Amino acid sequence: MVKTSSRWTNLAFQLLAIILALGFTSLVMVLAKADPLEAYRNIVMGSVGSLNKFSDVLVAWVPLLLATSGLLVTYTAGLWNIGVEGQITLGAIFTTWALRVLQDSALSPALIILIGFISGALGGMLWASVVAFLKIYGGVNEIFGGLGMNFVATALTIWLIFGPWKRPGIGSMSGTEPFKEALWLPTFPGLRISPWSVVVGIVGIVVIYLLLQGTYFGLKLKAVGRNRRAAFLLGIPTTQYMWMAFLLCGLFAGLAGAVQVLGVYHRLIPSISSGYGFLGMLVAMLINYQPTWAAPVALFFAALNIGSIQLPIVMKLDSTLSGVLQGALVLSVLLMDGVRQRLMQRR
Amino acid sequence: MNVELINIHKWFGPVHANDGITLKIPSGVIQGLLGENGAGKSTLMKILSGFYQADEGEIHLDGKPVKIESPADAIRHGVGMLHQDPLDFPPMRVVDNLLIGHQGGLFPNRAEAIRAMQDLQARFGFNIDPYAYVDSLTVGERQQLEIMRLLWLGARVLILDEPTTGISANQKEKLFATLRALAEQGMTVIFVSHKLEEVEELCHRVAVLRQGKLVGETTPPYRTEELVKMMFGKVVLPEDKTHFSSSDPLLRLENLSIEDYRLQIQNVTLTLHRGEVIGLAGMEGSGQRQFLQACAGIIRPVAGEIYLGEKRLTGRPYREFLEAGITYVPAARLEEGLIPGLTLTEHFVLAEPQNGLVVNRQKAAALTAQRIADFSIKGMPASTVESLSGGNQQRALLAMLRQPLNVLLLEHPTRGLDIESAIWIWGKLKERCRQGTGIIFTSADLEEILHYSDRILVFFGGKVSQPIEATKTSVEELGQLIGGKGF
Repeated sequence: MVKTSSRWTNLAFQLLAIILALGFTSLVMVLAKADPLEAYRNIVMGSVGSLNKFSDVLVAWVPLLLATSGLLVTYTAGLWNIGVEGQITLGAIFTTWALRVLQDSALSPALIILIGFISGALGGMLWASVVAFLKIYGGVNEIFGGLGMNFVATALTIWLIFGPWKRPGIGSMSGTEPFKEALWLPTFPGLRISPWSVVVGIVGIVVIYLLLQGTYFGLKLKAVGRNRRAAFLLGIPTTQYMWMAFLLCGLFAGLAGAVQVLGVYHRLIPSISSGYGFLGMLVAMLINYQPTWAAPVALFFAALNIGSIQLPIVMKLDSTLSGVLQGALVLSVLLMDGVRQRLMQRR
Repeated sequence: MNVELINIHKWFGPVHANDGITLKIPSGVIQGLLGENGAGKSTLMKILSGFYQADEGEIHLDGKPVKIESPADAIRHGVGMLHQDPLDFPPMRVVDNLLIGHQGGLFPNRAEAIRAMQDLQARFGFNIDPYAYVDSLTVGERQQLEIMRLLWLGARVLILDEPTTGISANQKEKLFATLRALAEQGMTVIFVSHKLEEVEELCHRVAVLRQGKLVGETTPPYRTEELVKMMFGKVVLPEDKTHFSSSDPLLRLENLSIEDYRLQIQNVTLTLHRGEVIGLAGMEGSGQRQFLQACAGIIRPVAGEIYLGEKRLTGRPYREFLEAGITYVPAARLEEGLIPGLTLTEHFVLAEPQNGLVVNRQKAAALTAQRIADFSIKGMPASTVESLSGGNQQRALLAMLRQPLNVLLLEHPTRGLDIESAIWIWGKLKERCRQGTGIIFTSADLEEILHYSDRILVFFGGKVSQPIEATKTSVEELGQLIGGKGF
């Protein structure tokens, strides 16, 4: 009885949060002398207005969902893996590397693509393991370690693009030389989305869901995240679990980077992670770190990203407006949750 | 300060924790507040100290109605509360803990804080290094620190929630003397406890709560039976002494030496037998905790040997101790024993040996229902542990212990529990002994140690006495040993 009533109040507060976020974003637009309703209409049309548009949303959805999936693991272990951006980038670098090495070999393209995915996963894990090592043995907070490694990853990308992997002639911000089409993930005819990346994304979140919701691994990871000392006294090897959390998140981030290279850009570009790591953190916060809602919320965020691409063209508004809405949404949901808890406590 | 609580009501969901309580406490009085766990004592005091707001009712201080919105508000009104679990800042130094919450100036005046602290320490006979980190202090020392902080902040009403649970008999005497002195100076002292003896010894008047209601008030001379009857609604009988000690050696310590930066324990040789209970007496922080943790494999001894039967465990990792059936149950329930945020079910699943990769929900539900029934835990399978009362948390902690166990190392197993719960818990522990488990436990309650132990070790500043037969000693003798006589 108590439970259902609190569920309804929860829902009411979440609705209030959405209204608050929309209100704030509208206010920003009014200040920028733009018509909010027109902007929202453009975002909706730009994301689900046609099959092409919706397939573009899925293109953004897959890496975002992979990053979110990985982050759910580190969040569960009580770790703020802000280094996920760098881990995506390293995934992309490793995938590009593998493809560059193998592209002229006699291996079948399918096998090369598979090796590309595996290399990406390894790259993400490598970058995550640096953060894990600093955290576990050096006492460096994972937020600072991750932040540092993000900068290194960005610098590494730029160096590769303008140095060893530069295009014949002159390096440019447009990235490395594109791979031949045989090494692209096959897409649906006429669309930009590959069924294979959708499969990777869905399998990823399902694995994470099962892992966190049903297994001993998930439960122990949660115990480590909530009270490391008590978990240790209960006999859970806490160091190992922290390692596994970092490596698993790195693996998923690396896969996101691999998808960006194999399925989207077909080369290494300077901002290959496209901010999906940070956006994934927002998604994870919005779903209160529970995997159940990861896929739909990530889809919604991807739709906002793609939909707002319309804005500069049609309304001369910057497309970062979607970021304003996403940020406002997360903050207002967190705020409303805090307000709800305060009110409950008083009562 | 005169304190008046008028018709206080407080609900937590369906639970009516305080049901129309009216209590007047004149200044200069030590007011006892008795009641078993969950009777509503802590809730009432948290309302007075601003942690909760009453749903109905008024608080008057010196005749004026006041609204106390927060603990900071309370201390501005001169009401300070010492909580059952210390509320301090473990990673910070003692002196900085004192300065937190202190008004005045841009720059904290450490010298002044230390001077004030030395004065207070001298008055109480406490001995805490102002530059020590709080997480290196024992629970008892942290309570002492909190008392000093409240006094320094200008508390004129001092609420102590079960303050004697962490400290030794000696420190208790000093505390009581100070409380009496404070009352003489016009301070109002509210002493929340479930220990009849202490309340009878210290308090000028006693109010008894049961199930959220004020069931009676009395003044000396107290009649113990009457108080017990008010607390429980019936008379509680102490159970008989039972002993299951055998001559079958279980845990053997040979010349064990343990060091940490504060104290050294040297050359302890001891054999714990199957079914035996060994009680560790001593002031808080005399090395009992380190000793238990060394037996549990959590800290490594610097010298000596640990055997379980014929198996040598010296220097082995903690997990091997666990696998050998040696379990340590810490005193800080929510900090070290349980995992806030996780449910009872999740705790019981974690405590069982892993079976496959996937958690079997049906088995987990059955296991949880069984444990909740066996250990009379007031809580649902999906209740998070932090939502349980202290007594139920302790029951949950004991319900998590595996079956069978060889050695059980308990730190303050009944701290903060009422008599009924304590007797019940010892019933469960003795049941383990009957099955052959050996128990080593610490307690600040000498009566408890005498009553349940077969043998007793007394700790004093890291020195350990020879084992003493419980039947051949007394509270008085133990009290002297704890104070360092005979070492």
